[in-house]
Amino acid sequence: MRARRLRASLRGWGGVTAMAVVCALVAVFALCVPLSHSDVVDGEAVTQATRVTAEKAEEDCEAPEKQTLSPSSADGDTIKAIKNREGEKRKLIVGVDQNSYRWGYRDPNSGRTAELEGFDIDLVHRIAEDILGDPDAVQFKAIPTDQRIPAIQDGRVDMVVRTMTINCDRIKDVAFSAPYFKTGQQVLAPKSSPIKGYDDTLAGRRICTAAGSTAYSTLEEDQKDGTLPATTDISGTVPNQLDCLVRLQLGEADAVVTDGALAASQAAQDPTVQLKGDAFTAEYYGVAMKKDADDLVRRVNQILVDYREDTANGWQASYGKWLSATLGKDAKKSEPPAPQYRRTT
Amino acid sequence: MTHLPTSSAPPPGTGTAVLPAQPAQPPQAPQGRAEPQPRRTAFAEGVDRLRAAATTEPGRLRIIGAVLALLVVAFGAVTAWQMTERADAADDVLTSSQPLSSDAADIYRSLADANTAASSGFLAGGQETATSRDRYEKNIRTAAEKLVNAAANSDPDSPSATTIAELNRLLPEYKGLVERARTYNRQGFPVGGAYLRYANEKMQQQMLPAAEDLYKKENQRLRADYADATPYPWAAIALGVAALAALAWAQHRNYRRTNRVLNHGLVAATATATVVLLWLVVGHSIARAGLNDSYDHGVRSLNVLHDARLASLKARGNENLTLVARGAETKKVGEETYDAYDYDFRAEMKALAAYLEDAEKLADDTSGERPVTAAVGNMTEWKKRHTAAREQDENGNYQRALGMVIGTKDATGECFDSVDENLRTALAHEETEFKQAADDGRDALTGLSAGAAVLAVLGAAGAVLGMGRRLSEYR
Repeated sequence: MRARRLRASLRGWGGVTAMAVVCALVAVFALCVPLSHSDVVDGEAVTQATRVTAEKAEEDCEAPEKQTLSPSSADGDTIKAIKNREGEKRKLIVGVDQNSYRWGYRDPNSGRTAELEGFDIDLVHRIAEDILGDPDAVQFKAIPTDQRIPAIQDGRVDMVVRTMTINCDRIKDVAFSAPYFKTGQQVLAPKSSPIKGYDDTLAGRRICTAAGSTAYSTLEEDQKDGTLPATTDISGTVPNQLDCLVRLQLGEADAVVTDGALAASQAAQDPTVQLKGDAFTAEYYGVAMKKDADDLVRRVNQILVDYREDTANGWQASYGKWLSATLGKDAKKSEPPAPQYRRTT
Repeated sequence: MTHLPTSSAPPPGTGTAVLPAQPAQPPQAPQGRAEPQPRRTAFAEGVDRLRAAATTEPGRLRIIGAVLALLVVAFGAVTAWQMTERADAADDVLTSSQPLSSDAADIYRSLADANTAASSGFLAGGQETATSRDRYEKNIRTAAEKLVNAAANSDPDSPSATTIAELNRLLPEYKGLVERARTYNRQGFPVGGAYLRYANEKMQQQMLPAAEDLYKKENQRLRADYADATPYPWAAIALGVAALAALAWAQHRNYRRTNRVLNHGLVAATATATVVLLWLVVGHSIARAGLNDSYDHGVRSLNVLHDARLASLKARGNENLTLVARGAETKKVGEETYDAYDYDFRAEMKALAAYLEDAEKLADDTSGERPVTAAVGNMTEWKKRHTAAREQDENGNYQRALGMVIGTKDATGECFDSVDENLRTALAHEETEFKQAADDGRDALTGLSAGAAVLAVLGAAGAVLGMGRRLSEYR
């Protein structure tokens, strides 16, 4: 009787186990089939989608650095509004960076006040001098990388001069001047690191980028189409590119991807890191302004033409002062191409 | 003279008279295992015996004596137990939970102030000044000391201990980041500022919330200790009243039966029970009044002042961050867009004003009121200077705005320091008041437990002796 009961209970448990096994199998099938299925479909969809957007972008946006207005010194509504600011407020409001060594930063040893200085800041002073007649008639706003476009769109700043790359996505939201600097994305890693450049040596590594930067969007796209190993962790983003150097030094990231010009600035602050491999993109920095501020765009383009031509106090002098130490004496590879003004409206 | 027993049964041995009835049962039960009747319990047997005993006068006297002794002993025991509990809680309020709650507030204050000092150093642009460095170091030291103290005073498995351990882990991490920031700053590299930002993030997002959490937990513990120390010991009081009523009844019964007015033992028992009951009620009432006073005039003021101090610290931190971020972060409220840090600054200042108003109301003497009133004046001046500084910043005069916030003369920093100093004075004053009141309360309970226990034993002995004397008359 006892044995029978045992058998009965075993049978009961057997039934339960069998049901559990069946359930598990069904679950596995249910999960696997759509997964493998959707993998194919989604993969196709994704490649198709990227192809479509890429084609569309190419259609709408060929050479984004050329999509700007021809230079002019005429005052329009935007410039008049700036000039009409009264009293203390008669200043150009510019979004800049205070964390980019030799581009826009505060040198704690420069004196008591430690005002902002650098290559970008020189350009800002030049623009303020031209528009308002006073190089110091500027109100600087320090903005994180991903706040550059919202700051312009909300009218918090008149323009952004902050190592900002001209690209197809951004020209939908803001208007750019002609390019004033040439650079490209580059990898920065400790000298002792096995990372050799933008290639398979990045597999399984953690890359740090600034949120909302071209570096991040490039990595994202490259990982989708397989140029960048899928095992590379690109999820670590920070508000400013310089914060990446902190993460790198603390061992919270294995490499940094940012514009070569900025990567060189980082390397200049830490002799144990270096640029790995060549730049893997070609990019141009431009001054960003509100989409409809046509007169301001034309004016800045005019200023840039003059700035390039001014050898004593212009682009070349500023390069020599701030960047030759980190990017090399020869400014050739950083010089922007001769500007083209293809935008008409 | 002696009242004759009313029962007819023979006085001695009545208790055992019932027993012989039981052994008679077994022979008639050869039916196997099934028992017709369950075995009688000891309790049922005891009740039977008592019932039998109650039929004779000496038996009744024995029962009455036992009940009286039991009541008096129970009264003493419950009094001792309940008052030990309350005295312990009162002691905890004074020596452990209140100091720890103050310590937790100090930990928060030191951390926030250290962070503000570090970021002010960065704000100044150049190298940090000796003043800001000293301030930072002093605060870090205070925080570390208080953390050690808090760790030593918390139960190892309590949630407070976890928070303290977390803070102990984060503090050196934070300090490390600030040290790196200093080094890079000295070399003139902006990555120093990036380290400081990272340190600030760690402080704002992990350390300060943990410190605030600790402060809240310690405050809860303080409230719990108060809740344990102040309720009336109803069980003890009820037992005391019951014991006295029983003693009165027993004496009245004695009087009715023997016409004797005084039975020494019972009178002694009544006297001790009365003393214990009075001591209990009066002692506890005084203690309760002292503790309530210490809560109303000490702890509540202390809490409001601590909250005010934290609000002023947060406001100061936000004021500095407004200048560090330079308008980078904005916040949309309804239709209006505000600078995120300035918005928070104004919210904290509003909170500070409310806390100071409460503190002014709670302050019950001039020496408590004076520093609070002074702090209100500092706050008003702070707001005025802040508005002027904001105006400069909004006009693009960053350096001037900076000078008006962290400068050495007529800056908002001065106002903040004065608010902090005045609040410190007010806190010290309220702490003394708290200690006095709570000390008085705790002292009112001194010896109550032990005294109640000793007196109860004496009282019980008296009751037993008194009844024994009556009983001996039957021999």
